[in-house]
Amino acid sequence: MTKLLEMREIVKQYPGVLALNKVSIDLYPGEVHCLVGENGAGKSTLMKVLSGAVKKDGGEIRLNGEMVEYSSPFESRALGISIIYQDFKLVPELSAAANIFLGIEIKDSLFLNKKEMNVKAAETIARLGEKLNVNLPVSKLSTAERQMVEIAKAIVGNVKIIAMDEPTAPLTSKEIKNLFEVIRKLKSGGVGIIYISHRLEEIFDIGDRVTVLRDGQLVHSAEMKAVNKNDLIRLMVGRELAEEYPRNKAVKGKEILRIENINSDKLNNISFSLNKGEVLGIAGLVGAGRSELVRAIFGADKISSGRVFINDKEIYITSPEEAIKAGIALLTEDRNLFGLFLNLSIRENISVSSLGNMLKGFFIDKQKEKSEVKKQFGQLRIKAPSIETGVEALSGGNRQKVVLARWLETNSDILIFDEPTAGIDVGVKYEIYTLINNLAEGGKGIIVISSELPELIGISDRIIVMCEGGITGTLSYEEAGQEKILELATKFSGGKHSQKVKNAG
Amino acid sequence: MQAEITRGKLVKIISEFSIGLALAAEVILFSQFSQYFFTTENLLNISLQASITAIIAAGMTFVILTAGIDLSVGSLVAFAGILTTSVLRIDLPVYVSLTLGILAGLLFGVFSGYIAGIFVTRFKITPFIVTLALMTIWRGASFVYTGGRPIWELPDVFAYLGGGRIIGIPVPTVIMVIVFIISHIVLTRTRFGRYVYAVGGNVEAARLAGIKTNRILISVYIISGVLSALAGILLASRINSGQPNAGLMYELDVIAAVVVGGTSLFGGRGTIIGTFLGAMLIAVLRNGLNLLNVGSYVQQVVVGVVILLAVLLDQLRKS
Repeated sequence: MTKLLEMREIVKQYPGVLALNKVSIDLYPGEVHCLVGENGAGKSTLMKVLSGAVKKDGGEIRLNGEMVEYSSPFESRALGISIIYQDFKLVPELSAAANIFLGIEIKDSLFLNKKEMNVKAAETIARLGEKLNVNLPVSKLSTAERQMVEIAKAIVGNVKIIAMDEPTAPLTSKEIKNLFEVIRKLKSGGVGIIYISHRLEEIFDIGDRVTVLRDGQLVHSAEMKAVNKNDLIRLMVGRELAEEYPRNKAVKGKEILRIENINSDKLNNISFSLNKGEVLGIAGLVGAGRSELVRAIFGADKISSGRVFINDKEIYITSPEEAIKAGIALLTEDRNLFGLFLNLSIRENISVSSLGNMLKGFFIDKQKEKSEVKKQFGQLRIKAPSIETGVEALSGGNRQKVVLARWLETNSDILIFDEPTAGIDVGVKYEIYTLINNLAEGGKGIIVISSELPELIGISDRIIVMCEGGITGTLSYEEAGQEKILELATKFSGGKHSQKVKNAG
Repeated sequence: MQAEITRGKLVKIISEFSIGLALAAEVILFSQFSQYFFTTENLLNISLQASITAIIAAGMTFVILTAGIDLSVGSLVAFAGILTTSVLRIDLPVYVSLTLGILAGLLFGVFSGYIAGIFVTRFKITPFIVTLALMTIWRGASFVYTGGRPIWELPDVFAYLGGGRIIGIPVPTVIMVIVFIISHIVLTRTRFGRYVYAVGGNVEAARLAGIKTNRILISVYIISGVLSALAGILLASRINSGQPNAGLMYELDVIAAVVVGGTSLFGGRGTIIGTFLGAMLIAVLRNGLNLLNVGSYVQQVVVGVVILLAVLLDQLRKS
């Protein structure tokens, strides 16, 4: 059988970093070739080279045995190569259908044939086993729905090669099953798929072959059957990992945070408390109100009623600024959208919330700023040439570390992590778990939201489960199991928020 | 330390450097064609001609860094000038009326900027529309207030602001230099300056990082308002009258200077030094073309082409 795709000895040099060092991979029709590796291993760069978004500095690309040269995603798309990137590349103001046909619009002479595009877009979504009003602008869709649009966009038209970069990160398990069905259908149609994921269980489920990258080099390539999970982790990290989830050994202290009867348009009479040294998990389906809850505590969203106590003293928070002063830190979900300043350097991103402690009269004390930032930079082992590097140049895991460094610098007593390991690989995940535990041992109170249940169960001392904006149960570490959590997470009451939740999740 | 010079910094340096190069090329070129061009007198003259738009451009840089725009600056020039000159006509001891007049003009700048900031933050109306409306309002108000006639017969001492010299340097030039030094220090050294860049880069992330984003946004419009009013007072002094059509279309020259200076209209990227060089680039061009007896219509075409080229250069360098 001829190879659908062959990338030979691809080299990509960035200033100060050799991102790809003679990496070669190939792809046969009807095959799923998985690509794994830690952050900065070069997976995303390789995909950008494949799409033409990034210019390669060496090597060659062959399609069906013939050498091809192109220099833009538009050209690669015309050659039948489609990429689904980690960060969505959708236009929020345009409808789902318009996004799906972006750049390949169907026209009647001069004018767009919206009717046909809508019909075909709906068909494509239906192939994914989903239903969606394709007339809605993307900005009105949930994360999972946006992902579906992104996938629909990739599979519409005459596509022979699809590269998927972390496609399942924002999806629920049901949606993942749907996606895998679609992938199998595409396979049987002769399409070749390059599949990037940090969730190793997944790739054993869907992959035929696997290639491991580390620090821009290919370290191993094998049939999926020939390796197991531990092999892969060892190859990715370059060392053996002791355990998947380190347990929090901190002694629980006094109550540090208490929430009483919080209500808002998305939250339904929420009460809970958090102790010093405790890691409290919040579970729930997409749209259950988990992010809304922590945003409300942090003063980012308005509440209609309810009380918040820190160290048994009632406080009134109406803005993030006040929350920070009260000793609360929030690491938001989607760090690119809500956390980072991509126009600024690592230093400026880290110091931004604690500049008040780095002033000398009117001016920022740059010496102090640099030394403080360098301390965090070193402790968190952020991989970058220097603290002056722009965060734009960093990989997902390092970006997350920058946000984390910002909140460590504010020295908050209560740290809230919303999906802290989304899009982050095994090695860095473990670092983040360890860090969370260290913080707990230092007497901090920790709240973690995660959609990955094994992770949430693995690291939490106690888990509260949310559904429709309310709490449906609290489980201790000993009681918590995936089935139990899911049961509580789907305990729809048919109350005022049920419709919203069902649509989103 | 060598390693501290990273890509972002390098890009910044090259960007300023390339505008500086273009400016140098201009100066050399015009020196070849005109004996008079490279004389102290003419260079001071250029700085004087540039001073009014450059001062406004410094304020505009703050606004554009937050991904906003201020179209009201030209009309502010007119109305501030009219307010100041009207107060000067009141029968008071001259230094009292001078102080009050300048204060009135500047306070008006604060007021207009505050209004713009409130509409942008509280009512979430895009800066383009808010300041477009203010532009029309203040221009109209200038004509209504003066009945379309200039305000003349001002105390002699007022003319010193726009026409006087301090150790041989025109007063507006001195004020411009002071404005740029302060603006540069504010943007690069203070917490407020850092927040301006943060808000321009990602306003929601800025809010969640604990920045009072509304306060920052209102502040930048006030800065733009005050500096426009200051420029308006200087202009009124130079022409020794309050003119309702003063500063007409200044907003375009000012935005051109900022953009040529490398500041991104999408916010978050740019420097005050870039804006200074951008303003000078355009001023030198105008002056040189004048010396070469190029007609004002042709000048407009040339200036437009140069703006396009400068921005194109900037774009090519980035990619």
